[in-house]
Amino acid sequence: MLIRLAGREMLLDPSGALFWPEKRLLVVADLHLEKAVALARSGCALLPPHDTASTLDRMEAVIARLDPETVVSLGDGFHDAAAARTLEGELFDRLAGLVRGRRWIWLAGNHDPTIPLALGGALLDVLALDGIRLRHAPSAGPPGEPEIAGHLHPKARLPRRRSLARPCFVGDGRRLLLPAFGAFTGGLDVRDAAIAGLFADGFTAWLTGERRVFAVPGHLLAAGGEPGKAAGRGRSRLRLRP
Amino acid sequence: MAGRGWRPRKHQLAMLELARAGRHALLVAPTGGGKTLAGFLPSLVELAREGGGRGLHTLYVSPLKALSADVARNLETPIRECGLALSVAQRTGDSTASERARQRRRPPDILLTTPESLALLLSYPDAAERFAGLRAIVVDELHALAESKRGTLLALALARLRTLAPAARRVGLSATVADPDALGRFLWPEPEAVALVRGEAGAAPLVDILIPPGPMPWAGHYASHAAGAILDLVSAHRTSIVFVNTRAQAEVLFGLLWRLNAENLPIALHHGSLEVAQRKKVEAAMAAGRLRAVVATSSLDLGLDWGDVDLVVQVGAPKGVARLLQRIGRANHRLEEPSRAVLVPANRFEVLECMAACEALAEGALDGGTVVPGGLDVLAQHLTGLACAGPFDPDAVYAEVRSSAPFAELARADFDAVLDFVATGGYALGRYERFRRLVREADGRYRLADPRLARAWRMNVGTIVEAPVMKVRLGPRGRRLGEVEEYFVSTLAPGDTFLFAGRVLEFVGIREDEAIVKLAGRKGEPKVPAYAGGRLPLGAALADRVRAMLADPERWAMLPAPVREWLDAQARRSGTAAPDELLVETFPRGGRAFLVAYPMAGRNAHQTLGMLLTRRMERLGLAPQGFVASDYCIAVWGRRPVERPEALFTLDLLADDLEEWMAESSLIKRTFRNCAVVAGLIERNLPGRRKSGRQVTVSADLIYDVLRRYEPDHVLLRAARAEAAQELTDIRRLSDLLSKVQGRIRHQRLSRISPFAVAIVAGIGKELVAGEGLDEALEAAVAELVAEAMGEVPC
Repeated sequence: MLIRLAGREMLLDPSGALFWPEKRLLVVADLHLEKAVALARSGCALLPPHDTASTLDRMEAVIARLDPETVVSLGDGFHDAAAARTLEGELFDRLAGLVRGRRWIWLAGNHDPTIPLALGGALLDVLALDGIRLRHAPSAGPPGEPEIAGHLHPKARLPRRRSLARPCFVGDGRRLLLPAFGAFTGGLDVRDAAIAGLFADGFTAWLTGERRVFAVPGHLLAAGGEPGKAAGRGRSRLRLRP
Repeated sequence: MAGRGWRPRKHQLAMLELARAGRHALLVAPTGGGKTLAGFLPSLVELAREGGGRGLHTLYVSPLKALSADVARNLETPIRECGLALSVAQRTGDSTASERARQRRRPPDILLTTPESLALLLSYPDAAERFAGLRAIVVDELHALAESKRGTLLALALARLRTLAPAARRVGLSATVADPDALGRFLWPEPEAVALVRGEAGAAPLVDILIPPGPMPWAGHYASHAAGAILDLVSAHRTSIVFVNTRAQAEVLFGLLWRLNAENLPIALHHGSLEVAQRKKVEAAMAAGRLRAVVATSSLDLGLDWGDVDLVVQVGAPKGVARLLQRIGRANHRLEEPSRAVLVPANRFEVLECMAACEALAEGALDGGTVVPGGLDVLAQHLTGLACAGPFDPDAVYAEVRSSAPFAELARADFDAVLDFVATGGYALGRYERFRRLVREADGRYRLADPRLARAWRMNVGTIVEAPVMKVRLGPRGRRLGEVEEYFVSTLAPGDTFLFAGRVLEFVGIREDEAIVKLAGRKGEPKVPAYAGGRLPLGAALADRVRAMLADPERWAMLPAPVREWLDAQARRSGTAAPDELLVETFPRGGRAFLVAYPMAGRNAHQTLGMLLTRRMERLGLAPQGFVASDYCIAVWGRRPVERPEALFTLDLLADDLEEWMAESSLIKRTFRNCAVVAGLIERNLPGRRKSGRQVTVSADLIYDVLRRYEPDHVLLRAARAEAAQELTDIRRLSDLLSKVQGRIRHQRLSRISPFAVAIVAGIGKELVAGEGLDEALEAAVAELVAEAMGEVPC
């Protein structure tokens, strides 16, 4: 789905990636590569160690489809610094192959302040392009400049007889948050104050489907989550305030 | 005891005799036959002769904590009056740390417990010592346990006890079931070692079907048309239990009864989601005879003994004969007097089912008594528990596990796969060797790598995995009313009203993971919380009877007038099917082409059938749009009419598509989540535990997707598939039916909806429309939402 951010056309892809056609720039947020292994190391559950393969599969597919000149990982590319070191063998080669094929920029996240040198690509804190800032965590309060950020793993839930929850993009024309792209990444409900609070004048959520993306005005989403932060009578008038 | 005028019954003496001979015994008897006492009598006699205080003598396991409490009370009297010096203690999830410590220091003679608490006891290093001198194991409500996953956990514990306490005599207590031999094997692996004792049959119950005057509903399950008549029944009896099938029905009926209750008869509500304190209050009031009626779900199905109940009302179809008998047995808990029960069908199809159930009761036909095959996830939990108690030898444990009925056929390869899962996650790549949970010692035994794992295991023991729930609190500082499913809360906006704990509540908001509510004034129609998996499907035996009844117009004469007229109209406008035929109707309605078929194979099987039919219709270019299923029939609709249903209902329908469908269905995702929790891969979603904004946990659905793609034969996927297939046993009914009706599909091309079809088509829009893809579901949900916001009524 094409939307406008600070006057520029952006494509929201159902895979959860953002494509900026004018720049042929692909943005993916929160890959959290090697999360399962990192959890196993820390004594948590022994989850299937295939999350990295799954994330790479989907990344290869979206890159083949959109053929970007530049790819930006919006931070938290690896689940932790140790995971970045343990990635090896075929998986490392596949990722390195993706990185070598085009201009690749790793933005630093809170999970992975560094990236293995052998992978290639540039490591930055923030990337500014045509007045739009790409960064890991969104800036606090109203953005001084238009921005694209990740970090929060937004998802939204539609009220239905059995409700539907999907990872989603969230934005208001000045700020756009991307869903997490990694295979084992949980989501934070967009009505949580941490997300809704960023959009004082309301927001739109774009829910990712299988082949399409669906736009829903924020005030139409199901209540629950943190209704303590919400006011209004009846669903259709529900508004979220910071 | 003789002094109290107590004369032992025949089966009680038989139990004593068998115990003296050191034999295992299975007592099958109707409720009210003094069954529990029969189970304990030999232990009491032994303890009276030998004196207590020599360590644990008898272990009693029942499915309900409340039942243990009841038994403790009931044992007190004979112990006191016979002047026996012996101790009885309970060990359940409610036992305090000091109680548990006391039991360890000074073991009681008789310990009353549940399968989960028994598994816990067996996971401590002192288990071998604690159970070494055990003389008897009594399993109550064996029929209920054996057909559940909790039964598998119990079977494994019993297998363990066979090693730790080989001399202990086993006693099973069961309601009357069709297959007692299977229960005997559950009790002890060599069936010839278990003596079957049958209790005396009680007086035959008196059962009526209530059809109040006025129109009979076409569809729905709430029986609101009968509320007044039910209240009259309550008013005419001393104490009644009004059984319903779901918690939602309980709430609705309770509300309806009180709206009409001009006499202010004390009527209470009891179901599993209400706050424990509230439930206990109701139980106490019932026991003290202060209530005239209680509206209850299966939370009151089992054991509890209230002598004064003189009427049982079953609202909605009974679904199975054994279950109905169990419920009817709640009235007149004495053998000599007949129990009185009234069945209240909620719609026309249910009238047929109630008639069928009465017929089956009169003939003494039974169902039930099945033992579910063992799930590999439960085995994983058990193996971890064994490792918590101490190092174990895998060969010995394999033999031990195979001695339990659910795992009698367990292959060594499967056992080893489960062991590998517990140790390293069981993944092909072996990436987790360095994070092993079980370490192999030089002598070949497995031991726990880190004692902290035992603590985590103990917090997660059990096989009941509930949907995430949220506590409901009346006012920010008020009292708790109980809990509803989290997903239901997610559909509420502040100001919305819903029915819960017998009140109309207004949703205020969420605070610290509790839903805060206040009492609502009268505004609008309140929602009713639904609970996943609350409905039992129609049993096969009853379904056969209903089908036979429909096929034989001569028997319609005995049916109540509105039902008779309905069947006559159906015969006139469409038709009915012979028992070996399948009736399929097609008709246009509201711009859609409908197909309604009547396999009567139960709701679960019809759900599956709906998925398979819509897949096939898609391939045939018939553009299906959705379907709904009931216990009796399935309705599918699309843009183009089905001209030849024969091409849809072919034998290969199940074979071709079932595997593929299973892999994507929400059923398998749910069973996968259950298995992952039971096996210990992910933690239970404990109520009250605050979720961090960015969860460390990974949702079971994500794990399922990845595992399915990269490791399709993983042991947890196999466990989930087996459990799903188990839930879909009705699929077998469906395939039997399909093969029976080949070439005998009775296709009725109609110009409009038939009288039968009204029952299901009227329900469309109220039920989840399954069978749509993700994108279609999202599109529909967004459209609905926008329409609602714009003030249009979604169609």
